[in-house]
Order: sequence, then C-alpha cells, then structure tokens
Amino acid sequence: MKRDRKTGKRKLFSVQAATVLAMLLFIVAVGASAFRKDDAPVKEIRLGVMNRDSIESVKAFETVYKVLMSPRCMNCHPAGDIPLQGDDSHLHTMGPKRGKDGKGVYAMKCLNCHQETNTPGLHTPPGNSHWHLPPAAMKMVFQGKSAHELAKQLVDKKKNGNKDIRKLITHADDGLVLGAWNPGEGRTLPPVSHAEFKKAWLTWIQKGAYAPKL
Amino acid sequence: MAKIILNINSKKYPLEADPQMPLLWAIRDLAGLKGTKYGCGVAQCGACVVHLDGEAVRSCVTKVSRAVGKKVVTIEGLSETNSHPVQKAWQDIDVPQCGYCHSGQIMSAAVLLREKPDPTDQDIDDAMAGNICRCGTYLRIRKAIHMAAEVQKKAVKG
Repeated sequence: MKRDRKTGKRKLFSVQAATVLAMLLFIVAVGASAFRKDDAPVKEIRLGVMNRDSIESVKAFETVYKVLMSPRCMNCHPAGDIPLQGDDSHLHTMGPKRGKDGKGVYAMKCLNCHQETNTPGLHTPPGNSHWHLPPAAMKMVFQGKSAHELAKQLVDKKKNGNKDIRKLITHADDGLVLGAWNPGEGRTLPPVSHAEFKKAWLTWIQKGAYAPKL
Repeated sequence: MAKIILNINSKKYPLEADPQMPLLWAIRDLAGLKGTKYGCGVAQCGACVVHLDGEAVRSCVTKVSRAVGKKVVTIEGLSETNSHPVQKAWQDIDVPQCGYCHSGQIMSAAVLLREKPDPTDQDIDDAMAGNICRCGTYLRIRKAIHMAAEVQKKAVKG
C-alpha cells in the first residue's frame, strides 16, 4: 500500500510537472512568435530537410527581390497582357499581346521578331529561342508586387506553374532567366551577377522561403 | 560563306550565303524575289514580313540559318494568281496608297485569317499592330480584312 501511495504521488507529480512544462513551452512559443518579423513558411511546398532560418531567408530575399523587380526580369512579368520594354519599363511598342500560351497572338508572336540570339545593334530585339511571357492561366506578375506578395506568389504552386522546391531551385538556371544577364546592346544588367542572384535564391529557399513582412 | 538550300514558295534555291545573313537579303538579292520590302531593318515596321513554316516572321532580323529546312513563303508565293482572299480584298478595296508596306501587311493578315477566320476589330488591331503604314491606310486595311474573312467563309462553304 505504501509503495502504491508513493507510486501514485510520483505519477501525480510527473503529470503536474509535464502540464507545467507544456504550459511554459506554449507561453515561450507564443511569445517568440509575437516578436517574429516574418510570416510562417508557406505551406504549399514541402521543404524537406532544410536548415530553416527566417532571418537569413528574408535577408536573402532582399537580393532576389531587387533582381526580379529589375527591368530585365519584370519586363516580361507585367501586370497587364502587354510586355514592357526598356530600362524605364514602358509598354512594349506595337503592343504585342500575351496570348493564351504567353507566346503572342496571330502575326504578333514573340518569336516572329525575337530570334535565338540577340540581334546586333541598339533597339533591336533581344534573343532567346524560348522567348515568351508567362501563360494567361498563370501570369506570375512581378510588376507592382511588394516583396511580401512576390515571395508568397513564387512558392504558391497554384500560381508558380506547379513548381515544387526542386523545380524552383533549377529555375534559377533556366535559359530565359539566364538571358537577363545577356540582354543585348544598350540594356542594363540586373543589379547583381547571376552567381550572386543564384546564391540568394537558394539561400532564400533553403532557409525556409520565408516572406518578408512587407 | 556557306552553301545553303532554301525552300522559298515551294521551290528550292541553292544559295551561297553567310548563315548570319538576314533572310530578307537572301530573298531579295540572291533569290531575286523583290516583293518583300526593306523598311526599318530592326523588326519595328513589318514591311519585310514573310511566312516561315506559317509564322509571320520579320525577315530583316531572321538569319538565313533559321530558314534552312523550313518553308519560306513570300508575297509572290501566297497564291499562284493573286487569288488569296486577302489579296482579292486588297484589290477590291484598293487598299494601298504608295504600297510599300503592303506585302508585309498582306502576309500578316493572311496569318490572322488562318488562325481566326472571323476576326473582330480588336483581333485585327492585335494582329496588325506591328505593321506600320506611313500613308495611314489602316481603315482600309481593316475593311479589307473583314472582306477577306467573308470571301474565305464563302470559299469554305462553296
């Protein structure tokens, strides 16, 4: 009986201790989350084995955002259905339309003017054999997006062309993405090198693809 | 220089040309087909439009090498007797003024009618926005495309 009472007291004590510990952990967790400067990582993608670090992730996205909002990237990610042109991102002369597949319409398809390589000279069409805008069903707009909005959009599989983490990572070396660093005569380059961009892109994703607060 | 064979208007043209040469040069100077015109040379005006495997490419910036193994159609090859619905409508309405840009206009319009047999005014604007006419014949161009669409419809029914 004595043993049973002692065991009973021990059990009671351990249940109380576990409850208190759980409450403490809950309070700490809630308190910590209240001071976070970023959102929770986006649920649409499974990050797998990753070294999550919201501060490093958000910091890396600053570089990513600067590049994506530069004319070399944003001009083909317009808010409307007409691509943009030039370092001032004005509407593309002739007003070519996106079309259903992002490759233009009728006699105004991208590849009718844009060749496989850059055409020599100023004000000539830059080249790439896959020149296109995002398709109408998945516009992937950059123009006008805040860093928060863009980060969320990039990892949302419903909006990013169903790209999972692996596809997002490899997209940094996509031929058309690389084309931003070979824009043809008279066009400025993105603000950092492709190597720096790729490093920031990978860091942002591998640290959890956190979206900045704003 | 390289030996290149181009298929232009269903005829084979053995040419000696730099593969980087603009297709327009090969069409006009080597094949001797002068209907396609040089306008701006930087894909801005549309005077040089020809069909490359059915697409309305601007031959002033298209390299000869891109056309190898493909079918090139110029204004001379759009129809044997100038009887393409667009050509007929152009003649009926007397669209051109100086006429310099019109081979390009007609080639672009032909692609539009193939892909959209019954185009709206907006479709016409979307398709033809890259073809500039210094004489300002745009209203007649639009009218002729609508007429060509009707001619084409009747031909399909008949």
